[in-house]
Amino acid sequence: MNRFDYVRAGTVAEAIQAFQADPKARFIAGGTNLVDLMKYDVERPERLIDITRLPLTAIDEHEGGLRIGALATNAAAAYDPRIRERYPILANAILAGASAQLRNAASTGGNLNQRTRCYYFYDTATTCNKREPGSGCPAVGGVNRIHAIFGTSEHCIATHPSDMCVALAALEATVQVSGPEGERSIAFADYHRLPGDDPAKDNTLQPGEIVVSVDLPENGFATNYTYLKLRDRLSYAFALVSVAAVLDLDGDSVKTVRFALGGVAHKPWRNREAEAFLQGKPATRESFRAAADLVVADAEPQSENGFKVELARRAIVRGLEQAAAGTPQSLSDKRIQ
Amino acid sequence: MATASGSTRPATTFDITLTINGDTREIAVAPWTTLLDLLRERLDLTGTKKGCDHGQCGACTVLVNGTRVNSCLVLAVMKDGAEITTVEGLAGLAHQKGTNTLHPIQEAFVEHDAFQCGYCTPGQLCSSVGMMNEGHAKSRDEIREAMSGNICRCGAYTNIVDAIEDVMQGDAR
Repeated sequence: MNRFDYVRAGTVAEAIQAFQADPKARFIAGGTNLVDLMKYDVERPERLIDITRLPLTAIDEHEGGLRIGALATNAAAAYDPRIRERYPILANAILAGASAQLRNAASTGGNLNQRTRCYYFYDTATTCNKREPGSGCPAVGGVNRIHAIFGTSEHCIATHPSDMCVALAALEATVQVSGPEGERSIAFADYHRLPGDDPAKDNTLQPGEIVVSVDLPENGFATNYTYLKLRDRLSYAFALVSVAAVLDLDGDSVKTVRFALGGVAHKPWRNREAEAFLQGKPATRESFRAAADLVVADAEPQSENGFKVELARRAIVRGLEQAAAGTPQSLSDKRIQ
Repeated sequence: MATASGSTRPATTFDITLTINGDTREIAVAPWTTLLDLLRERLDLTGTKKGCDHGQCGACTVLVNGTRVNSCLVLAVMKDGAEITTVEGLAGLAHQKGTNTLHPIQEAFVEHDAFQCGYCTPGQLCSSVGMMNEGHAKSRDEIREAMSGNICRCGAYTNIVDAIEDVMQGDAR
């Protein structure tokens, strides 16, 4: 790990001022990703601004929904009784990720801002456009079994690793940020970005901006939902493909549906066309298969991850079936029903 | 003077207060010192193990304010004012401090032969206590899921879960 200076901020304003005084500084909260990246020399901040003492840990009622403070830990959010009852897909997605120790330390804002787990991004002996813009992407044509199949560019095929964010995408949460230019709201779909020709940018946060809360809208789809995560081992592994699916039914037909995929793109992947297709359709396997076909029609697999296309197709169908049946994937019983 | 990380370069240090296994102490730390390295290299509390040093194996699990975390990913300076419990302090947690009586989970690990090489055991023990503090895991499947952040390469998982179940059911002696 490199040597760095350390300052502790007590308020959001102090944290932003500390950044303005030293724009090379990095904010640190739970540290579970940043400290790890510093150990690999992927991140070499000259100064850390400790934001863990900012008053952002609360989870409050907000406009019919909930406002999750950016410093609420992943565990605090997942086990909050209101989230479990009203937004169970979010609780399940959080608990499908990482380990208990990591969830106890990692923050809500940090979960959004965590970096990809692409091997090449982590390996400073290789090139990486995300780590060193313009240096190249050896994952293209390289070892890319875990990489993206949607929304890639020739410059980057990394995935966003979060489970929580896949649920937040399906729930259409809003990200509140504060920065040198003041406060603003970002729709969840606009928070993370595709790599394009600037893969160094994971999201649309501007320099000096801090996530202050993640706001959940009123409808938590607490009856018809699932978070289905498929991975190489049954716990404590990143998703190869995951599906967060929420539905409102009108009798046997689909009234509202949203579903987002994890492990397949640089951001939680939604396909509005497929969602719109399902609206008013009978909530049957046949409808879900047709929607899944629409999604995977856009897939552009790499040399080693073609299996993800079929896995995603089947996961979408199964996820929508679980949501429609009101039988969400169990977190402890790993059988997929 | 050598810094915590072994470098001979002069370090900027910060004075922090930590209560470790009941003892409150003021310690000057360089900001890049992890809690794990502080415990092991400076305070001679070598019960906490360094496995992967990247938050993947759980060998370094300790309790910070009663909550289990990976000490390898914690910068000590950020925990100023916290209470830390390591495996060395578990005995004092459950019983009168200084009596050197094992914590029930430690007794259960012995009873159920819940280890082979023992390297992951301090982390498994602290994680078990943290999991029981959390109070969410009830069934055997839930315990396995809740303990998945602690890797045992000897494969003692079956007996580890047996030991935890035993304590949770209040059957441990």
